Amino acid sequence: MDLSFNAEERAFQSEVRGFIAKNLTEEMKRATALTPSVFSDPDIGMAWQRALHAQGWGAPGWPVEYGGPDWTPAQRWIFETECARAGVPNVNVMGVKMVGPVIIGFGSPEQKNFYLPRILSGEDYWCQGYSEPGSGSDLSSLKTRAVRDGDDYIINGTKIWTTHAHHANRMFALVRTSDGPRQQDGISFILIDMKTPGITIRPILTIGGDHEVNQVFFDDVRVPVANRVGEEGKGWTYGKYLLEFERGAGIASAKLREGLKAIADLAESDLTGRAIDSPDIATRIAEVEVDIDALEMTELRVLSALQTGQNPGAVSSILKLRNSEIRQAVTRLGADVIGHDALAVEPMRPLYKLNHEPAIPEEMLTVMPEYLNGRAYTIFGGTSEIQRDIIAKMMLGI
Amino acid sequence: MDLNLSDEQKLLRESAERFVAESYDAEHRRRIANDPLGFSPAVWKQFAELGWLALPLPEEFGGLGGGAVDIGILMEAFGRGLVSEPYVATVVLGAALIARCGTSEQKQASLPKVAEGSLKLALAHSERAARFDLAKVTTSANKTGQGWRLSGSKIAVLDGHAADAIIVSAHIHDHQGPSGRIGLFLVQATTPGLVISDYPRLGGGRACNIELFDAHLPEDALLGDGSDAVPAIEWAIDRAMAALGAEAVGIMQTLLDTTLDYTKIRKQFGRPLSANQVIRHRLADMAMQVDEARSMALRAALKADSAPIERARAASGAKAKIGKCARFVGEQSIQLHGGMGVTEELEVGAYFKRLVAFDTLFGGSAHHYARHAELSRRAISA
Repeated sequence: MDLSFNAEERAFQSEVRGFIAKNLTEEMKRATALTPSVFSDPDIGMAWQRALHAQGWGAPGWPVEYGGPDWTPAQRWIFETECARAGVPNVNVMGVKMVGPVIIGFGSPEQKNFYLPRILSGEDYWCQGYSEPGSGSDLSSLKTRAVRDGDDYIINGTKIWTTHAHHANRMFALVRTSDGPRQQDGISFILIDMKTPGITIRPILTIGGDHEVNQVFFDDVRVPVANRVGEEGKGWTYGKYLLEFERGAGIASAKLREGLKAIADLAESDLTGRAIDSPDIATRIAEVEVDIDALEMTELRVLSALQTGQNPGAVSSILKLRNSEIRQAVTRLGADVIGHDALAVEPMRPLYKLNHEPAIPEEMLTVMPEYLNGRAYTIFGGTSEIQRDIIAKMMLGI
Repeated sequence: MDLNLSDEQKLLRESAERFVAESYDAEHRRRIANDPLGFSPAVWKQFAELGWLALPLPEEFGGLGGGAVDIGILMEAFGRGLVSEPYVATVVLGAALIARCGTSEQKQASLPKVAEGSLKLALAHSERAARFDLAKVTTSANKTGQGWRLSGSKIAVLDGHAADAIIVSAHIHDHQGPSGRIGLFLVQATTPGLVISDYPRLGGGRACNIELFDAHLPEDALLGDGSDAVPAIEWAIDRAMAALGAEAVGIMQTLLDTTLDYTKIRKQFGRPLSANQVIRHRLADMAMQVDEARSMALRAALKADSAPIERARAASGAKAKIGKCARFVGEQSIQLHGGMGVTEELEVGAYFKRLVAFDTLFGGSAHHYARHAELSRRAISA
């Protein structure tokens, strides 16, 4: 057993550091640090995606034949860790990490040829049409309907919590094409051009003051049948496959560590009157740091298992749960560390392009929006309650 | 980067798990709990035969040169059976300190005997007034013409009653007066002036308080050259915390398994307890905490030979986190067993008590979070 990296892995680490040093501009770095939502805005995120693509690193998890870099799990860990340390933009994952693997796994040759290069290059910007107002955790109860009409489907219904729908030119969606004996039957996985007539987008502001999610309405939206991925009625299988990707990436500790470091730096600064001198704050920082150590170790254990071809099992639910809980603990700590300055939540966006002097120091601008928006971490991608159900069922067999 | 067990480690795990499953059952534990020795000399002999006593000792003194991860593998299996043999006292604390601090004569005199099972050791360091401060020692060792005279009191000496020799920490007073250094002295159990008062330890095994009334020791009772032993004591206790953390993981896993089985069998309102979401989620939380504890125990073992601050941070982090997880898993195991969980008729309580003992030993979670915070500050300013 060995926690340290071997010579090849260290060489790769230097390569990643070199790449970041060359491509990460001060503007991208500042914009990322001042983005209190999950993903960077497309101007920042896609600039980074283009740099990654130029290096051949646009889609770390994809097979080589579709443009993946053929990294080992350890290399992926090193890459993600170095990116988190450096504070690179948070590229919207809907393309590379979500719809990409589904198209690779279940798409037609034409779909692969058309969509995959456009995901890699950042030419297409994707959003996800899964949840509906009446279908949250019980996702397969979804009602948005696609009715066959010649070579088209006509879609009616609504999707909600659609991240970056207002930026995206494409959506992958789960729609009902028939009513099966079980509610999971009769769902199809479909790719929609967001410029199609009949689509309206209603912005939804989150409690931290950010516009990241939307509700999307479909009124007689015509989509070619050729845009369906895989078989009609089998969309639930593809959709679940994708959700496993959403939960199971499993390399989150490095980002949490950077988040905690930012809060600890504030706590040690005169800006907060040295909040760290309060024993309560100091102990809570230690507690969160230890929780991150534990999560990191679990990630590395999973990685080691993957390297030897073992299946880590339901542990992806544990990783998702702990990541989201620790993230919330970090943001809660932040809210307490800044003291009275928690009262001044800057309403303007983006925070890196304010045209007025904010009421609080720049280092604090994201703290409250992150705390407030951060309540969503234990809700999206399968709530903590759903994750506990999965752990009980898959790990404990009850 | 590779956290998979080697073939040797897999074998070690299998043989330890098999041994515990075959030799350690409820009947055995009950018998041992009422035994004045608190463990079985026959089992200790088997430990020696299996090479477990030699496992972490240096090869030139009859050891196998194993590391903290190997000890962790063994300890996790011990935890599953609530093993009460004085392994930590003798091997992880006692022999390790002799191996680190002793002269080669001292090592030659003790370590091969530990490996073959004929010498049991203990560490007497904690004092009541010191609480968990490892640098605070009032026991004194005064240099005489012939050797040393030791006076003072120690508490919570693990398995001291069974030790052939106890390593006692004391402030060294040489001919010039107090030296400001703490030394480690090998005190034979038969030494006049050494009084041992032992008691059954919470969660199994035994511990003792000792008093030293002007106990006369030979010159070579002092381990090594008499340089300050506090760094060595911190090192040994950090390693012991990693080992005990692994043992706690084994205990927690057993409690989780047992509780899971029980909630499947026990029916109320016409269905198994495990059919209730509130119970299922509790069990999911327990499973998650067992897994986090396993990660932290492994982490502490992997960093047991790192530079002092990094090692100590990993050990304190593990101790704090595993302690917190252990309390949760232990208390919830009792809760989910209902009234029966609070009785001596099930073994849940015995496993729980061992976890409480773990959390208390060498300082609880609050102490170790504070130590971790302090070490982080030192790491930044270093």
